[in-house]
Formats: sequence, C-alpha cells, structure tokens
Amino acid sequence: MSDTVIKVENLSKAYQIGQIGTGTVSRDIERFVRTRVLGKEDPFLKIGEANDRSKKGSSDIVWSLRDINFEINQGDAVGIIGKNGAGKSTLLKLLSRVTSPTTGQIGVKGRIASLLEVGTGFHPELTGRENIYLNGAILGMRKKEITRKLDEIIDFSGVERYIDTPVKRYSSGMYVRLAFAVAAHLESEILIVDEVLAVGDAEFQKKCLGKMGDISKGQGRTILFVSHNMAAVQNLCSRGIVLKNGAMSFDGNVDMAVGDYLKQSISSGIIDHNVTRVGNGAIRLREIAVYGSDRHIKPQTGQPFTMEFSFDNPNFVDIGDLGFDVRIDDYLGQRIAWFSNTILPSSRTGTVESLRFMIEKLSLNDGLYYVTIQATVQKQVADWIQNVYSFEVSEGDFFGSGKRVPSAQSKVVMDFTVK
Amino acid sequence: MDPKPNEEQWDLVIKGHSSLFDLKFADVWRYRDLLGMFVKRDFISFYKQTILGPLWFFIQPIFTTLVFTFIFGNLAGIQTDGLPQPLFYLCGITAWNYFSDCLTKTSTVFRDNANIFGKVYFPRLIMPLSIVVSNLVRFGVQLSLLAVMMAYYAIAKPGSFEISGALLLFPLLILLMAALGLGAGLIITAMTTKYRDLTFLVTFGVQLLMYGTTVIYPLSEAKSKFSEYAWIIEMNPMTGIIEAFRYAFLGQGNFTLASIGYSAIVTLVVLFAGVVIFNKTERNFVDTI
Repeated sequence: MSDTVIKVENLSKAYQIGQIGTGTVSRDIERFVRTRVLGKEDPFLKIGEANDRSKKGSSDIVWSLRDINFEINQGDAVGIIGKNGAGKSTLLKLLSRVTSPTTGQIGVKGRIASLLEVGTGFHPELTGRENIYLNGAILGMRKKEITRKLDEIIDFSGVERYIDTPVKRYSSGMYVRLAFAVAAHLESEILIVDEVLAVGDAEFQKKCLGKMGDISKGQGRTILFVSHNMAAVQNLCSRGIVLKNGAMSFDGNVDMAVGDYLKQSISSGIIDHNVTRVGNGAIRLREIAVYGSDRHIKPQTGQPFTMEFSFDNPNFVDIGDLGFDVRIDDYLGQRIAWFSNTILPSSRTGTVESLRFMIEKLSLNDGLYYVTIQATVQKQVADWIQNVYSFEVSEGDFFGSGKRVPSAQSKVVMDFTVK
Repeated sequence: MDPKPNEEQWDLVIKGHSSLFDLKFADVWRYRDLLGMFVKRDFISFYKQTILGPLWFFIQPIFTTLVFTFIFGNLAGIQTDGLPQPLFYLCGITAWNYFSDCLTKTSTVFRDNANIFGKVYFPRLIMPLSIVVSNLVRFGVQLSLLAVMMAYYAIAKPGSFEISGALLLFPLLILLMAALGLGAGLIITAMTTKYRDLTFLVTFGVQLLMYGTTVIYPLSEAKSKFSEYAWIIEMNPMTGIIEAFRYAFLGQGNFTLASIGYSAIVTLVVLFAGVVIFNKTERNFVDTI
C-alpha cells in the first residue's frame, strides 16, 4: 500500500520565549501595522534561530520546528525520536491540531486521534462509566459508538468492579488503565501516541504495546509513536524519524534511526584538570571515551561496547608494571562490574598511552552508570578518580526477541536458555 | 482553498493561516454529543457532595431579592412601575443572572480549560456553548421560582400584575440573552489569553453593568428622573431585553419593537464578532496562555 495519509510540507513553528507581558500591546500593534497595513514581512518571523537550549540565543524567537517535510503512508508505524526539546511534542501538537503551524501545512486523510496524555478531561466526580463517555466524546467518538464498545473498553481496562465509582477514588494505576482503554478503542484511521506508556505497571505497559501493535499490524491503521523507550520504538515501528533541534536529522529504517539518535548523545570525556584525584601521578588519566558499536554510537544493551582510556605516561611505564582497574557503578552507587588489565592472561610488554576494554555483547541494562578508575604502578597508587565519568546505556534487543529485561528488575542482562 | 489540478484531496489541511470566516460550524455539529456530555458533567459536579444539592440554585436569587426589596425598594424608595417589589426584582434578577452567568463563565473559557485544550483537539466553541446550555438548566430552575412567586401574588393580590402576550417572545429573549452573553464572553476570553488585565475588569464590570441596566429600576423611572441621560441606559442592549422580559411576565415595562430590534441587532454583531475573534485566537492560544 502506498496511499499517503499524512503529508507534511515545509512545516515550521516559531515560539516566543521569555516574558510575555509588558510591551505586548505595542509590539502587537507594530506587527499589525507592518504586516497588514504596509504589507511587509512579519518582523516576528524574520529573526530567529535554531532551537538549541544549551546556548544563549540573541533573540527571543526560537524555531521549535523548521522546514519539516515527510509523508506517511497508510498502515505505517512511525516512531518519532529525539532528545528533549528536539521538537517531538511540537510536531505532535501540530498534527493533533492543538496549535497551528507558523508556516507550511499538513494534509491529512482520515480521522486523527491523538493521545498526548491519557485521561484528558476526566472529571474526578464522575464515575468510571460516565468518564468513558466524556473522554470518548472529547477524543471524537459519537455516543452510540462508545455504547457499542463499552463492554470491550471496561473489559480491557480491568477495573470492572469500580466502574460505577467516582474516579477520584481510583488508584493512579486504575485511572490510567481506564483512560488508555478508552483511547485504544478509538476508531480513527490515524493514531498519535506520546509517551503514554511511561505509566502503569509492567504488565499493563505490555498490554498497551500489544494493543498498539495490533492496531498497526493487525488492523492496518497508521500509528505515530513518540517515545524515549528505544526498545519499544524498535519493536513497534518499522520507520523512524529523528528530530534534532527542530530539524529532521534522519528519516528511514527504524534501527538506523535509533542509531542516529544514539549518536547524538555521546559526550566528550576529557578529564577536567581540577578533578579530585589521589595518587603519585606516575601516570595520569587524560581522556575517556565510552561508546557502542562504533565511536559515534551510544552504548546499547546487547551491542558491542568499548571503554577507551587515554593517559599521560611521562615516565614510560611498562604495561607489565601497570595495573589499570575500572569499576562501573549504577546511579545509586551500587557496584555492578569490575575490570582490570591484570586479571587477563597477558604477555604484552612495552610502554602504553591508552587502553581499550572491549565487550562483544554488552550485558548492562539501560540506565545511567558511573566509572571509577584506579591506576597503580608497581602496586603504588598512581591515579585514582572516583566517578570520573558517566555514560548512559540505551535499551537494546539483547535476546533478539524484541523484548527486554525491565531495567527496574535488573541492572545486568545475561544470556540464558529455557528448557 | 482551491486545490490545484492533480493535487491530492485531503480530508483536512492544517496550516498557519485560514480565512477569518472559516467558522467550522460543521465540526461543532459533529461533536454535538460532547456538548451534551459537558452539560451533564457541569450539572453533576455542581451538586455532588453538597447537602442541599440543586436547592442552591434558589438560594442566591431569594436572598438577592430580599436585599434589593429592602435597600432599593424601601430604603431608596425607587418606583417599580406599580408592580409588587419582590416580583419586580426577582424578574429582573432571574433574567440578569442568566446573562451575567453566560458572560462571566465564557469569559474565562481559555484560561480554565488551558490544560484540556492543550492536549486534545475538539471544536473549541463546544466549551462556551456547553456553558451557555448548562446555565440554561440553572435559569430554568430559577424561572420556576419566579413562577411560584407569581402564583402567590396572583392569589394573594389579584390584579397586581398581568402576563402579556409578549410571553410568546420568551424563547427569542432567552436566545438574545444567551447570544449576547456568549458573544461578549468570547471576545473577552480571546483577549485575556494575551492581556490578563481584562479578567479584573469583568468581575466588577458586570456588576456595574447591572446598574446600567434596568434590573433594579424601571426604564420609565430613569426617563422621568434623568431624561437627558436615559439614552445611555437605552443604548445598553440588555435594557431592551430585560424590559421586554418584565413586560412579558408581569405586564409592565418599556417594550417596543424598536428597542427589542435594536437589542437583537447589537446581539448579532457582538456574537458574530465574538465567534470570529474566538476562532482566530483558538488556533494559537496554547502558545501564549
């Protein structure tokens, strides 16, 4: 099928940042006179720069999205990924008509249902059943449509017992289940989902993903899915669009899109000269690089992994005299793994200025990790720096099954078989 | 939009600018179930967890009538066109309340619903429309209070008032009040997304406006006492409506086709301007609120 259902052309969205208040009236009048009366270009739109929040800009207009072009075909499942502030949410807001673009346009065939949040418009005083109707109507369902699907919705939500209780008495999990159940039963041709899976327990998340997979693969409907959960994106989508600072940086196969995204998040590891360190300085660490399958790719569970340490070796210490220990802790400070060049059988000699620790298949689960190093020369501490570097591991398909070990369950992933 | 030849036909085109008069009424009609749902929600959430429940609808007009009767009727001695004072005030208050509720509640639509508007699309006009309809329920309940009062006076003091044939205009009067309140509210809510100042104006502005409308005095009284300034009161579109309302129910009031026609024209202009401005603001208000 190659029916285009969404066509985005030159789509841009500018935002004014900073205070809106004093001077608004005079600026509004100025804009109006310039554009409408004198017929000039809108000064509001002329200035502006890419949206990079870490740099200080010179104007208070930013382009949250700039010149986005893409087409989506009937039945596609497209993942939209990018760092915080890359423009993902803005794109979804434009697609779901919550706000309108500054320039460009979007053509849509069929009904769009967007889930930027679960439970939009739920009223705490109303019962579960009443809220199903209210929320369904807000999302664009007709009353009889909801009535027809009511049993199915209640069944999917799993809160049948409380369906006639006001939702303010619900636990947050029940609330979310009910809300997602309504949304999952929308009969729209295009479904837009934003990170809603970050809620609910693991079992329900699985159910949601399953339902979404069913919607896209089973029913041939189009899905746009925004998430930071790379494993979920890779599992659900066949195509990925990567946004970076408001522009499209990649569009294509989902695995390559994820790679492109991970590439963006690598950080330089030059050791700060005023870092707290202990040791006689016989050798001193200069730079660390931690990366995945190649130098530009962020570590990912189940993928190749490398930690590279470069150091100053002014006295030409021989590797035989050098002990280089690396410890990895998780973000809570729990010790997870330890490596050292001394525990491997080695007959290597000669002076060195860098060491690379390589793992074929990374068994760290997704999350943030800290590196502590200790270098000894002839058993004397030469350089010892705690938590010198941090790196992030992204979700990956360790088992080749599209499923992953929940990071809340374990920090490590091991190969295993079940018989 | 005029599609070029060979261009694909889209069900929906989202773009930055659209015609000022693209009012999306078809969309509003498609979402009519939602309107009903909002009305039901407002009604249920109003009396849930209260002891007196819907009785609260009565308490406000009863007390206002008592206070008005005492202060304006007795203390200030303002004439009431020969009508029993409580009846005169209650009639004015009931009509005025409906208008002012419509105005004040719709005037905060964007601010009150910023969260839901920021998350999901539905024709925004549904929200203010549902407020107008919800208030209609309340108005109906209060109208029954007026009916009870009229029945009491009809028995206790026969001939103190008479229902006139203008009662047939009653649906039109409701429509005018709703439309005027809605239109003005829409204009205010659209402006308050950027300029919050107007919110402060609305609360006491509506109160002041009541004194500029013939709620606590009849137009005839204003004309006889301040003949050179009475035109200001006549310019107020609500004056014509309230006077007609009172004439319809109680048989006294300055009811002419010219005055009601004037009110109707002003109402239409305000409503149209309100809807246009509202629709224009609705497109981008999420960014400024």
